[in-house]
Amino acid sequence: MTVAPTRETTAELSYVYAVGPAVPELERTAPRLTGMLERPVHLVEARGLAAIVSSVPEAEFGEEGFKDQLEDLGRLEVIARTHHGVVDALFRAVTVLPLRLATVYRDDERVAAMLAESGAGFTALLERLAGHLECGVKVYALPRPSPNRPSAPSRADGGGAGSGRAYLQRRKAQRTRHEDAAREAAETAARVREVAAAHAVDRVAHRPQQGELATGEGRNITNDAYLVPMAATDEFAAAVRESARDLPGVRVEVTGPWAPYSFATPQAPRVEDGDRRGR
Amino acid sequence: MGDDVMLRGFDEEPALAGHQVALIDLLDRLLNSGAVLTGDLVLSIADVDLVRINLRAVIHSVTPDDPAPW
Repeated sequence: MTVAPTRETTAELSYVYAVGPAVPELERTAPRLTGMLERPVHLVEARGLAAIVSSVPEAEFGEEGFKDQLEDLGRLEVIARTHHGVVDALFRAVTVLPLRLATVYRDDERVAAMLAESGAGFTALLERLAGHLECGVKVYALPRPSPNRPSAPSRADGGGAGSGRAYLQRRKAQRTRHEDAAREAAETAARVREVAAAHAVDRVAHRPQQGELATGEGRNITNDAYLVPMAATDEFAAAVRESARDLPGVRVEVTGPWAPYSFATPQAPRVEDGDRRGR
Repeated sequence: MGDDVMLRGFDEEPALAGHQVALIDLLDRLLNSGAVLTGDLVLSIADVDLVRINLRAVIHSVTPDDPAPW
């Protein structure tokens, strides 16, 4: 070869999915997994911990390439599902800390240095999370059919129903109905939260889901993650579903079980309770 | 993945197993939580934040008085 390939096109980086204890279960599981770009997954060990890593090309996972990928929803989805696939498979074998998407190091040596540096914090967090998993609970307020929609005064049917005053009365009645429905949904969400919290050791409130990816029926009013003891998962799910059974106007969705994503940060993002946002 | 043997508290309840995870639930967890480490120069936290700002429009309908938390 006379032309040396440029560093740009051949360099490999280390993409990190998760950190766990360097135990046989992890060592057995990791080599069987498929990571980014269908590449294999390997462990980098230091201080009794193991980072779960794939080598990835800098062209696609370097600064520019990665940004391009994350800005394209289709490619972002592939990356997110691949990351989650690795984390989920590991978590079925042993408790791991999932890392936030797009944690990339220059090489495995740098990954080992990071482990050595942050080891104590990881170990403490892994101990806290061991034996638990994450469940998601989302409460949705369902739209209510309204008897009449006074977007404009309806045709007068002789009794002054089309008058300004009648119109305002209908508007007021409609507003009251909306307020009642919203209050009822909020009360139900609070009750669901109470029941869920009784079966869990911690809770993180995520931001309610909106936008084009939020396809669930109704308006999402709470989007919580609970840290639940593994042995109590069934009980948790049953109690949460029961808490909202037969209540009109709401829908409750339980997701998971998840690896403890929402509890993997010493300072998990918390939204204040009852944080109501206008539209 | 759907027919994995359920282990360690992973039960077979329909809502807790089986069908594919919703992308929005995944992004809540992968962009908004998970352990944060400052990686090498490659993609600094600030860069990822920029990406997140670009994603906001897709994931949330963000208004000026309702900024995304990330």
